[in-house]
Amino acid sequence: MNVPFPDAQVHLGVFFQGVNHWTIWSEPESGSQIDFASFRRMITTAERGLFDAFFLGEGLRLRESGGRIHDLDIAGRPDAITQLAALAGLTSRIGLVATQNTTYNEPADLARRLSGLDLLSNGRAGWNVVTTDNAWTGENFRRGGYLDHADRYVRAEQFLHVARGLWDGWDDAAVASSADAPAWSHADAITPVLARTSQFTIDALPLLPRSTQGHPVIFQAGDSAEGRDFAARNADVIFSAHGGDLDDALAFATDIRNRLRAVGRPEDDVRILPGTTIVIGDTESEAEEKARWLALRQVTPATALAIASQVWGFDLSDRDPDGPLPTEDPVVAEATGEMGSRRWNDKHALVARWRDVAAAQKLSLRETVIELEPRRGHVGTPAGLAEKFAHWVRHGAVDGFNVSPYFTPDGLDDIVDELVPAMQDRGVYRGAYEGSTLREHLGLCSPPTRRHA
Amino acid sequence: MPSRPLHLAVDLDGDGAHPASWRRARHAPDRLLTSERVARVVRVAENAGFTLATFEDSPAPPGRGPDPAGRIGAVERAAFAAPLTSVIALAPVVSTTYSEPFHVASQLASLDFAAAGRAGWVVSATDDAAVAAALGRPFVTGDGLGREARDAVTVNRALWDSWEDDAAIRDVATGRYLDVDKLHYVDFVGETYSVKGPAIVPRPPQGQLVVLAPEGLVPPELVDVTLVADPTVDGTGAAARRAATPRVFAEVEVVLDTPDGDAVDRLAGLDAASPWPRTERLRHVGSAAGLVALLTELARVVDGVRLLPLVLDEELPVLSTHVLPALFRAGVATRPVAGSSLRTTLGLPRPANRFAAQEVPA
Repeated sequence: MNVPFPDAQVHLGVFFQGVNHWTIWSEPESGSQIDFASFRRMITTAERGLFDAFFLGEGLRLRESGGRIHDLDIAGRPDAITQLAALAGLTSRIGLVATQNTTYNEPADLARRLSGLDLLSNGRAGWNVVTTDNAWTGENFRRGGYLDHADRYVRAEQFLHVARGLWDGWDDAAVASSADAPAWSHADAITPVLARTSQFTIDALPLLPRSTQGHPVIFQAGDSAEGRDFAARNADVIFSAHGGDLDDALAFATDIRNRLRAVGRPEDDVRILPGTTIVIGDTESEAEEKARWLALRQVTPATALAIASQVWGFDLSDRDPDGPLPTEDPVVAEATGEMGSRRWNDKHALVARWRDVAAAQKLSLRETVIELEPRRGHVGTPAGLAEKFAHWVRHGAVDGFNVSPYFTPDGLDDIVDELVPAMQDRGVYRGAYEGSTLREHLGLCSPPTRRHA
Repeated sequence: MPSRPLHLAVDLDGDGAHPASWRRARHAPDRLLTSERVARVVRVAENAGFTLATFEDSPAPPGRGPDPAGRIGAVERAAFAAPLTSVIALAPVVSTTYSEPFHVASQLASLDFAAAGRAGWVVSATDDAAVAAALGRPFVTGDGLGREARDAVTVNRALWDSWEDDAAIRDVATGRYLDVDKLHYVDFVGETYSVKGPAIVPRPPQGQLVVLAPEGLVPPELVDVTLVADPTVDGTGAAARRAATPRVFAEVEVVLDTPDGDAVDRLAGLDAASPWPRTERLRHVGSAAGLVALLTELARVVDGVRLLPLVLDEELPVLSTHVLPALFRAGVATRPVAGSSLRTTLGLPRPANRFAAQEVPA
């Protein structure tokens, strides 16, 4: 079979940590989710494993379900940029990616914080651009819920345009190289950014120079047609949801390449790193057994009922998780921003599918939840997974994976100690960092300064 | 009165407090905005024995005309320094005028985790129409500055308490990670905005970060340490007596005789390049011994001082070899103890959680 990308390499990132049921908190090896030592341990392991990037999510409101704070999953996380700035001095190569919202930030402030991280890390910062539109999240912010759903990408795109203007606002040699110079910065070396758009009226002086990688690498995760077009126009890396099935991943990658061509960008201008989990065993059957063990700890009886409650749209916490599926029809509620309020488009079809699977395999409610696990991830031996990932990257389905470990802080250990060497042996994973910036790790072109382009 | 030892803080912004300090820095101007510079200066301050490093900041450029046009955000600098240090506490200046209190509370709580309880917050206001234009927000001035500062500190303090210390229970039997009865909506409603809560960051190690604020900006019940700017020791003492906060620090601009020249000449040299406007702060221009005498005198009227050195690369070596050792020898000041929180060092209790307190009727 023709191999379209014979030299492709697997790139790994780590997403630490999900505030969801995938992170197991109940076992002896489940460490603190908030102590700084956990973050230090995780990023040190990732850098030992030559990962491209360490990702942090963002929280703007604690998750709720039915008007009540969701209490079954890990919760509580640090501010991403602050935490990554603290980790910058403890690492020297790994990229530092902060998820940050364009709805509840202002460009001049966020662009400066990201620039600061980029400078302090010597060119290792990334920004995972996310949007919010719901009034529920807005209750924690000055503006409240002010943005229509249709405007969230409009604002994000205008935001990014202003941010890039600020990042490119200093000439490359803007600052004097000697204290004997007449002035700290050269005259006219700093260009103000003016914006008069539907979302922004801004007149800002850029406060920081470009970093060694130009400016932060842009990540984006939106999966709707609108989100994909936004990514095609703006992103360097797509943190996709299409990493479980090869055909699905290939279809997504093809779609993104088409969209890139449509906006005049080269097909290889964007890296695709789907989120996934990786379960490793010495044998296939040991790996499968471990995956089953993990699933039972991720989908606890209480979590199974909570997930079913979201699907059915009403409280099922008094049902028997080991009993049959509820016989009632689902209730379709309005989207509010709470958990589960917008996760499924057609609940009746979803429930019908649950019933089919449960009936066909004679499964209990909890077993059905586990069976329909949307993110089972990749399960196998180090050699088997290395072979599989090589196949995926060499066929252009993905550029690698953004791994969510299920244990904090040791959840990357087997990946780094077993899978990484297996991939290196197979020639699909770097043996050492070749560059020093995140942009270099990802093999991305340096962004031209618009002033010199 | 033989007071408690004087606490020594120092501001580490840029190349020093003087706008032209970059002309005397020991590095090229284009090396100011680097990780190496941030790390080196904070290590020097820690080794010298300072209790606290502050990081001046503003959403506006730090200098005008020929002086520095760039500055990395203070929260990012303090966070970067946190795991590189183990004794000195770190307090960024964060303006309250336009910032999002929910974000600021998350950033500062995260800093306290990264610094293992060594974090503080120097509250400031920004009276600058250019900043409003940069952020695309209506200009806030006059009474609005106090209102925003008060509301921001109120919201931060409420959010820091919105998780009780033992809110994460990890109860395997019921499958519950959190005890929702120990998480609290703050339900802040102010004149210009409201905040629901709870925080996304658990309660910080110190419970509440140490809040430092200039005299008069924020109601005293919201402040741990008042920063007094007064040109005389007597005036400083009077300000300290009326401050009504647990601790009072005096702000002192410091210009010393160094191997590069005597203090008066050094100041005049830099002033010729860019004037350093006089503020209400005390300013010491002279010998190390003179500064020791001034600080010894101040120890009788305040709990601490925040020094603003003319040129970090020139004043810090003199402070660390002459001034601080003399203060430590005389028992006027003491070195902070490794492993202590900033609250512990300052003799401030770890506050009870306001929400937890409600559950136990007195």
